[in-house]
Amino acid sequence: MNETPTEARSVVVEREMPHPPDKIWRALTQPHLIAEWLMKTDFEPVVDHRFNLRGDWGTVDCQVMEIEPNKTLSYSWAAMGLESVVTWTLTPTSAGTHLRMEQSGFRPDQQQAYMGAKYGWQKFFANLEGVVGGLS
Amino acid sequence: MPDTRDAIFRTLADPTRRAIFERLCREGETTVGALTARAGISQPAVSKHLRVLKQAGLVHDRHEGRQTHYSAQLGALAPLIDWTSQMTGFWQNRFDHLEDLLKRMDQ
Repeated sequence: MNETPTEARSVVVEREMPHPPDKIWRALTQPHLIAEWLMKTDFEPVVDHRFNLRGDWGTVDCQVMEIEPNKTLSYSWAAMGLESVVTWTLTPTSAGTHLRMEQSGFRPDQQQAYMGAKYGWQKFFANLEGVVGGLS
Repeated sequence: MPDTRDAIFRTLADPTRRAIFERLCREGETTVGALTARAGISQPAVSKHLRVLKQAGLVHDRHEGRQTHYSAQLGALAPLIDWTSQMTGFWQNRFDHLEDLLKRMDQ
């Protein structure tokens, strides 16, 4: 609880995939393919292009920041008070591709704004009574 | 940390107290008087709930003249929910979907 308000946080997920970078690149950048694994979108592989990701729970506002085909893609990710940047990095390996996703820029105050704003609360309060019931 | 968690759960287990806390979350800083006007209970009862919320670290009070302003301390909920691990779960799940898609793209 002693985090400084300016402390940034990040989430990193990475995985080896037995597929060539150009194929993974297509899945990361073609809207009809993005819709199959992430969310519906009007993404275009153009720097500064603004797009949305639309999930059942709401919309994420994004803007393309950096593109280097088959190597790296980054876009801003803003949803319900949460401002962050998602960066994809593709590195060829002998067996295929090392795919890395980093989402950075969470600050504790943004996390709290996000939590207070939306579904965290709904979930939190929906679960709370059940958890409380099991306490004593 | 489990003690902190228990204290937060116990504090919010009371529906009236939880309603006061939720209102502070939604509406920001508020006075006892304004809270009482819509709580359906007496001002001393509201003040008592606010004291309990304060003890649990869930609200902060600020004195200005004769008025006390209360605000929610959402940071106090941090022990309950680790946002980064939730987001990690989200992305791992999406990676699974991506791998399924990549397999289908072969066919």
